[in-house]
Amino acid sequence: METLWFVLIAVLWLGYLFLEGFDFGVGMLLPVLGRSNEERRVMINTIGPVWDGNEVWLIVAIGATFAAFPGWYAALLSAAYLPLTLFLIALIGRGVAFDYRGKVDNPRWRKAWDVTIVAGSWVATLCVGLLISTTVLGLPIDADGDRVGSAFAAIRFDTVVGALAFAGYALVHGAVFTALKTEGEIRERARRVALVLAPVALLPLVALLAIVAGLWAGVVVLVLGAAMWRLLANRDGQSFALMGLAIAATVVILFGSLYPNVLPSTLNDAWSLTVANTASSPYTLKVMTWVAGFGTPAVLVYQAWTYWVFRKRIGVQHIPAGH
Amino acid sequence: MEVLELARWQFGITTVYHFLMVPLTIGLSLLVAGMQTAWVRTGNERYYKMTKFWGKLLLINFAMGVVTGIVQEFQFGMAWSAYSRFVGDVFGAPLAMEGIVAFFVESTFLGLWIFGWDKLPKKVHLACAWAFSLATIASAYFILAANSWMQHPVGIVMDDGRPRLTSIWAVLTNNTVLAAFPHTIAGAFAVAGAFLVGIAAWHLHRKSEEERVWRSSLKLGTWVGVVAFAALSISGDLQGKLMFEQQPMKMAAAEALCHTEQPAAFSVFAYGDVTRPDCENVKSITVPALLSFLAHNDFSSEVKGIQDLVPMYQEKYGEFYPVDDRLGELSGKPIDYVPALPVTYWGFRLMIGFGAISAGLGVFMLWLTRKNRTPTGWWFPVLGLAGIATPFLANSFGWIFTEMGRQPFVVVPNPSGVDGVWMFTAQAVSNSTVGEILTSLILLTAVYSVLAVVEFYLIRKYVRGGIPGVLPQKSDDGALAFAY
Repeated sequence: METLWFVLIAVLWLGYLFLEGFDFGVGMLLPVLGRSNEERRVMINTIGPVWDGNEVWLIVAIGATFAAFPGWYAALLSAAYLPLTLFLIALIGRGVAFDYRGKVDNPRWRKAWDVTIVAGSWVATLCVGLLISTTVLGLPIDADGDRVGSAFAAIRFDTVVGALAFAGYALVHGAVFTALKTEGEIRERARRVALVLAPVALLPLVALLAIVAGLWAGVVVLVLGAAMWRLLANRDGQSFALMGLAIAATVVILFGSLYPNVLPSTLNDAWSLTVANTASSPYTLKVMTWVAGFGTPAVLVYQAWTYWVFRKRIGVQHIPAGH
Repeated sequence: MEVLELARWQFGITTVYHFLMVPLTIGLSLLVAGMQTAWVRTGNERYYKMTKFWGKLLLINFAMGVVTGIVQEFQFGMAWSAYSRFVGDVFGAPLAMEGIVAFFVESTFLGLWIFGWDKLPKKVHLACAWAFSLATIASAYFILAANSWMQHPVGIVMDDGRPRLTSIWAVLTNNTVLAAFPHTIAGAFAVAGAFLVGIAAWHLHRKSEEERVWRSSLKLGTWVGVVAFAALSISGDLQGKLMFEQQPMKMAAAEALCHTEQPAAFSVFAYGDVTRPDCENVKSITVPALLSFLAHNDFSSEVKGIQDLVPMYQEKYGEFYPVDDRLGELSGKPIDYVPALPVTYWGFRLMIGFGAISAGLGVFMLWLTRKNRTPTGWWFPVLGLAGIATPFLANSFGWIFTEMGRQPFVVVPNPSGVDGVWMFTAQAVSNSTVGEILTSLILLTAVYSVLAVVEFYLIRKYVRGGIPGVLPQKSDDGALAFAY
């Protein structure tokens, strides 16, 4: 039962990284791909109907961790206090920015929210990468699961590589998504940017996987290579699907190497938090399994339907005048 | 300052702030869904315009509610990790259920509603409005179930020093949540009602376009407000009776009732110093025997006072905090079982007072605008707009009262429940440094202040714009009729 929940939480993170990954990327690339206000509006509108639903994957991943592994939730969140504070502020900023940007027709107003979107997307992606690599690579925690040492214990060389890994992935993923969802000049630009950025931007992800799982990183390299090859061949949809496969393989490798730990202690193996010593009681897990068993498929169905409703590519010619 | 105090301030600020957005979202989204239903069923343009106008204001507010809600999900683990470990087996479940069952629906269908005006068949689009507005209510239920468990823990056994869940059904049907839920939802409708009344009164006064839109909105708002107040009174009375039974100290503190009385009088207004639990120097205007009735439906029953409750609490839950480094200054110190009396006493009165003012204003507005009249004086819109603040204040004071009133506990012992299931707030906090909590407290408060100004500015702008400001611009091929 604990193992099932460990897998389920990995799946929730996968959903989050795959879905919000591209809307982070779109935000990060806003000034690069969107040269004019119309183009930036095209980009924001590609993620407009879905970004909020994407973010719920995070809320549920965190909530499910609380319900199924309270010890993991408490230790990780309290230990990574400062990065998480930044993360929350970044999410707050970019969330209201999408909604408020177009509500006043004034270039300075838009500019301020554009800056918020870009900064918020970068900071949030880096923080989420830091959080995931921290839980995989471990923290100096004592026998009670409390952090020993400085408030910056979560910021180390390997976790910073992890932060850059997810930011780099989001950049390329966002560009591929923009290519898939837009038409005209902006689509061409998105493809070009994805192809040019990929070799550099995806390097930290490969490095993180190599640190964690050695040669298994090769699997992800192959999939990412295939994604770029399909993009080169003008097959945006296939490229996007392969980017999804790459993050799926990444999550499998990271969480697979973590199991049965959930947060290793870098001080003493005996103090590591594991699925067994942090899990909720069998009854609670059973209740949550019923809820997730009925709830999650429904979520997949109606979110898939949303993407289908908004499946059309958009271009600058669709943007009504005004803001 | 200690970590505990800072963490409590942070929780208080972020939660009260979050709960400014939440009731407006809950109340308004259902009203907007109702307006859209009226439009789809009758085809009357007036309802379409109402949906568009109030829907726009709803969205501006919704965004803030969502982003401030994310903080809530994280801060139990960040600042209250000892609490999270202690209650995790029970408390995490309703939070996770809220995410899976309610919040996913809310966010996804809101996106569909905003962007789907021209893409979805009319009835499907309407169904999206109902999906997200009903999901906001479901959300509230799960969150209140979690909160009610902290006020009145049920459905558990004690296992290895921690409560272990034995019945999720008991947690979800806790009598505390069954009373708190209608009370909170009615509070949300009171907010939405006053919001409609105030803004519609202002437009009527200005003789804005679409007079009938404003008149219908005002009428709807006043009725919603009045019905909400009736529901608030009934559910509040039920809650009070439960509280006398489940948290006698909280109710004694609400009354600043020092000595046990039989029959007990209800204090309407106190002058003098209510901070001291010995009640010297306090005079108050009272209604004889009313408190006995509120507590037990019986004008002659006994109500226990603070000075008699303290020894009972000391006997049951200990006189001293355990000796433990994590408790900081409080380690080994005597436990103060009396909540902050000025906060509980005045919080309780301000909640009831502002609630009553809000309802009174609603009735008055209804009378003022009878038979399509519009008072011409400047005071008419001022009264309406000022009236918007009253239910917000009542809600905030209500929550401040109930959360401060359970101190020093974070999980209040259930007098008829399982032995040993309680937790002092001082034991709940993370072992964070002062620097960490201070940093987040300052940053979050700063960001929240800026956003409050921004939201207020935007709402004002769209209120002033009236109906023409919210009708969609035409787009040629309808790829996105309601674009960001």
